Amino acid sequence: MTLPTPEVTPLNEAYWAGLAAGELRFQHCPHCGHRWLPARRECPACLREGAAWEKAAGTGQVISWVVYHTAYHDAFRDRLPYNVAIVELDEGPRLITNILAPHESIAAGMRVRLEVQSDFGVNLPRFAPVGAA
Amino acid sequence: MMRGKFVIAGVGHTAFGTLPGRSTVSLNVEACRRALEDAGIEKRAVDGVFVKTPTSAREILYGQTLSEALGLQPRIGIALDQGGAANMSGIAFACLAIEAGMCEVALVCYADNPRSGSRATYARPRGDDAAFGWFSTAAGYAMIHRRHVAEHGTPEAAFGAVAVAARRHGAANPNAQLRKPLTLDGYVAAAPLVAPLRRDDCALISDGAAALVVMSARRARELGVKAAVPILGMGQAHTSWEVTQRPCLTSTRAKDAARDAFAMAGLGPADIQVAQIYDCFTITVLMTLEDYGFCPPGQAEGFVREGRIEHGGDLPLNTAGGLLSETGMPGLQLVIEAVRQVRGTATLQVPGVRHALVSNQGGTMHTHATLILGG
Ligand SMILES: [Zn+2]
Repeated sequence: MTLPTPEVTPLNEAYWAGLAAGELRFQHCPHCGHRWLPARRECPACLREGAAWEKAAGTGQVISWVVYHTAYHDAFRDRLPYNVAIVELDEGPRLITNILAPHESIAAGMRVRLEVQSDFGVNLPRFAPVGAA
Repeated sequence: MMRGKFVIAGVGHTAFGTLPGRSTVSLNVEACRRALEDAGIEKRAVDGVFVKTPTSAREILYGQTLSEALGLQPRIGIALDQGGAANMSGIAFACLAIEAGMCEVALVCYADNPRSGSRATYARPRGDDAAFGWFSTAAGYAMIHRRHVAEHGTPEAAFGAVAVAARRHGAANPNAQLRKPLTLDGYVAAAPLVAPLRRDDCALISDGAAALVVMSARRARELGVKAAVPILGMGQAHTSWEVTQRPCLTSTRAKDAARDAFAMAGLGPADIQVAQIYDCFTITVLMTLEDYGFCPPGQAEGFVREGRIEHGGDLPLNTAGGLLSETGMPGLQLVIEAVRQVRGTATLQVPGVRHALVSNQGGTMHTHATLILGG
């Protein structure tokens, strides 16, 4: 069973193109200023179209995190235990990611910085603690 | 005024656990047959079918497939898709339809067979995030569990107390799928699954079905129903945001569902003698107690400790074992246990039950419904 990789569509291709270029992008609404991820055609605040892509500064904080001790897919069997986290960017949007730090050191509110890594054939937005080398 | 105008006239369920070779339609038919027998009414009286879509194997036109198997051509026949909350919102929609004169007697039911069939839905990758390893239903609840601990310092023992109570109650229930009691030490000793979740924080995976007959109190008198249980309050409200995007992880619109149900019933948390709180994961119980106003935000720990939620305690919860012990089937069995508590026929009967409360929720706390039954 191959790992489902992100499906690149006309809607989200700017997101994956950004990561391919080493940057994380989010959408913002030119009408009401709302900012969000993942990609949508209509702004979930004012419902209008025409969202623009913006480059994230790459800093944010950990909202929550979990540590998998069981693999739901063979691709992760050799990586156990691994973490998955929710990070909120300083600009507001939230995303699922992995934290590049020992599990015991992760905390809610921990400051993190973007680190784009190639994995499973795609560039993924991961985060490391601010101040880590 | 909706309070007391509608009743649950009959309840029925299949065996719980592993039921190989049974389709969800077949399981639903058995539960409906038993609910009609319990109500003491004929099938031909039924003109409404409100069924929750099976979680593990979705089908189109499920409401009609089931109606066909029931030999019914209902005035209203519909499949509801809100995850676990669909069971109790099905009761509410049935009452609204009866109130509007669009049907008179409704079957509200649910069946699933993930234990013998496919469990894939519970282990699936979540959206485009599989490359991060973001899989499973449990992990979404683990995110919420962790955030609750981070915000409120909720100790392991609070989660453990919920599991221990459910397992004690399930051990006393001859129909329960898991009848092995659990100690707090045993809870803590179990290996993490998706930390901070341990095995005993997680609902069972179960085959089974449950059904209710809903009608007006007037119709129940006309039909000679013997043990009709009045519906005093109902509410529903939906958080809808995926966990990742939810601005607050530690409170949901369960708060609004409960507010509406208590207002309809003219009651508050202090008026409830027994509660069935949807326990797909232990965090759900703690947050529901907080959102419902049984205790202040972040203080469920004090509410659940020292056996206070066990039979004989201040507010016994999930007295048949809940999703952690009786059956992992989403929700209708909790309503059935509340019906038994109000009728006075529960195995672990709580003395002097005047008002029983039930919560149902679905997705990863995306949806929520509240029900208050009583005399
Ligand atoms: Zn907008």
